Amino acid sequence: MSAPERDWAAFVTNTDDGKAHMDLAVDGITCAACMYEIERGLQKLDGVEKARVNLSSHRLSVDWDGEKTNPSPIVDLLQRLGYKAYPFDPAQVKSRGDAVGKEILRALAVSGFAAMNIMLLSISIWSGNASDIDPETRSFFHWVSALIALPTVVYSGRIFFRSAYMAVKTGRLNMDVPITIGVLLATGLSMWQTVQEAEHAYFDSAVMLLFFLLVGRYCDHLMRRKTRSFAENLATLKAESAAKIQEDGSALDVPLSKLSIGDRVLVRAGERISVDGKISTGTSEVDQSLVTGETLLQPVGEGDLVYAGTMNTYGVLEIEVTAAAKGTLLDEVNRLLETAMEGRSKYVHIADRASQLYAPVVHAAALLTLVGWIMLGMAWQPALVIAISVLIITCPCALGLAIPAVQVVASGLFFNERVLLNAGDAIERLATVDTIVFDKTGTLTLPEASLSKEHGLSAEQLELAGRLALSSSHPLSQAIAKATGAQQALPDAKESAGKGVEAVVDGMCAKLGSPAFCGVSDEQLEQAKTQQPDASFVAFQSGDKPAQLLPVGQFMREGATETIQKLKTAGYTIEILSGDHKGAVEHAAQMLSVESWQAAMKPQDKIDHIEKLKAQGKKVLMVGDGLNDAPSLAAANVSISPVSAVHVSQAAADAVFLGDSLAPVMSALTISKKARWVMNQNLAISVVYNLIAVPFAVLGFVTPLVAALAMSGSSIIVTLNAVRLRMLAGSSTQPNLEV
Amino acid sequence: MEVLIYLIPIALFLGGAGLVAFLWSLRSGQYDDMEGPKWRILDDGDLQENSTPVEAAKRKVS
Repeated sequence: MSAPERDWAAFVTNTDDGKAHMDLAVDGITCAACMYEIERGLQKLDGVEKARVNLSSHRLSVDWDGEKTNPSPIVDLLQRLGYKAYPFDPAQVKSRGDAVGKEILRALAVSGFAAMNIMLLSISIWSGNASDIDPETRSFFHWVSALIALPTVVYSGRIFFRSAYMAVKTGRLNMDVPITIGVLLATGLSMWQTVQEAEHAYFDSAVMLLFFLLVGRYCDHLMRRKTRSFAENLATLKAESAAKIQEDGSALDVPLSKLSIGDRVLVRAGERISVDGKISTGTSEVDQSLVTGETLLQPVGEGDLVYAGTMNTYGVLEIEVTAAAKGTLLDEVNRLLETAMEGRSKYVHIADRASQLYAPVVHAAALLTLVGWIMLGMAWQPALVIAISVLIITCPCALGLAIPAVQVVASGLFFNERVLLNAGDAIERLATVDTIVFDKTGTLTLPEASLSKEHGLSAEQLELAGRLALSSSHPLSQAIAKATGAQQALPDAKESAGKGVEAVVDGMCAKLGSPAFCGVSDEQLEQAKTQQPDASFVAFQSGDKPAQLLPVGQFMREGATETIQKLKTAGYTIEILSGDHKGAVEHAAQMLSVESWQAAMKPQDKIDHIEKLKAQGKKVLMVGDGLNDAPSLAAANVSISPVSAVHVSQAAADAVFLGDSLAPVMSALTISKKARWVMNQNLAISVVYNLIAVPFAVLGFVTPLVAALAMSGSSIIVTLNAVRLRMLAGSSTQPNLEV
Repeated sequence: MEVLIYLIPIALFLGGAGLVAFLWSLRSGQYDDMEGPKWRILDDGDLQENSTPVEAAKRKVS
């Protein structure tokens, strides 16, 4: 059966004047030459009007004349040039154009403009106050400053005011609350001073504070955007689509968002099932390792439920799409996931924890200053000015930058180690981890089956086996074909579905298939199974010689043993919790010399175990990939999943690592520890700054000049200290590979 | 000091022009790709066959 036609209408946006537009994620762009090649190639196509590659996000946007061409030649051309491309489903790319980033950048630009111009006026006033400025000129300058500052505070401050309002409304206290109070009081006080024609106004402090904090906010946003756009590309390149069976019986490839309950979907041999549903026709065996962790294939037939993420082996299945039915695995996972997510939202960020301590102390200090000066006989107006100046100078400028600056530098380091962060606060949580729980299948082991290196075949035999394997779509055969690097299928190979492939080569019959198909005795199979309990066996027979068993399975990831060893040396407790059967888990645990392991765990069992560890005061890192791991990923203090994980798990995890090696887990822990150390330093710097600044402010020595110097000085110090993390972390342990 | 009446609006106008220019460049998508454009200037693909910049310059001279 040929590949189904793809439903392009779902990916293309049409404009009114008959032009069509499509965005694609392109895999394989490594340098500028790729960009020229793609753009030039596409522009030569008839009807294509504009093709532009975005080299930072590895996306391609194409515009063409809807009447002259269609998307098929575009994707075909990319394929011929050697790039894998898949169009974005417009419904799923919400972040197109990056609206949030642009809002912050606009606010940043406005506050930057205002800060510069007000500072121009303020410096004139400060130098004038020291010499001979006349009160009229000073008042004029204050009014001009007010004219610039008021709209700026409203426009650029919105971002903080909104967040502070949301926090107060839900009864929490975050960093934006003291920021909002500080900015509003500084502006209000300055306005009042201006009306009174007083000597000092703090417009420059208020606006500069906004500018510095927006810089921190934007850096934070850039970090998130970078990882999110990579995650979106990865999801798109996985081509999450399904072959929907039309009314006339033909199959049409549609994105998952266009499927509804009751639709029927065709899944061919060797394809991953992309929907949850009930089999309406066909029988096959499915590989559920990504869903339950179980590595043994499970036979399925009409009426059986199958889940998204499982792999269909040899049969053709027709599946009716269902919602998660009550009592199924998926339903249970969703229910557990919701509960676990609630628990996680209780975590309070280190920055917010700091501001919960900080805000009451500072506000109490300001109040005491006011009361103190009045009791000492000062009039209430100047006393209020001093009290507010305490709040202005302690406004958490350095505190607002202390954590984001470190997070940005650290996420850059994570990126070099091929770890993408889903949550910025994952760094601080990773730093406290003492126990690491690994899932086995797909996490410690590779997500896809491969041929064991100890197969015992000669090079010739191996080549023959590989060429035979090419004729079969069974995942085990495909693993063998991949391992041997075979290119040409044998011309007269015949496949018996569910059994194997045979062909006549040089007058001899060669067979590759199930042990029974090649006449392997049960004893021989049993013996091989005890030797390698984590493998499935494919038999190979050429001529009259006895058949040989080729172990194929999900073997250990590259560097798994070394990484586990390093983690143990570093003092982490390692455990394995797997949904797989006992023999396979025991074998893996022995290979990695992990003493604590449990097999045949259900999602609830995994959560219970993690909760038990947490109750003992342990901080748990969960590393897992399967659907069955998703709830425990959310339940653990912090979690990482490999990029091959199912969508639900990736969304539940705090970080995702790329590639086949397990080493990024170790690097992530090392970097986060150093990052946490720098965060603590930055917080300490902010505290010291306040300890020095507050007494001056309380005594009434803080003029706008002092406030401006103190504020920018402390911000620059914490930022520079964050950049120092790069040096602390040392050179990267891996080459900086593009994804 | 009356000159300030002119100078301050001029200073604000110049700063404001810079701000407007930045907002325009942001809106027109010039910050969407920070990586590609620096390489695009090195792309000679838009030149005619056999016309390296040096040759093109020679033709202009002669």
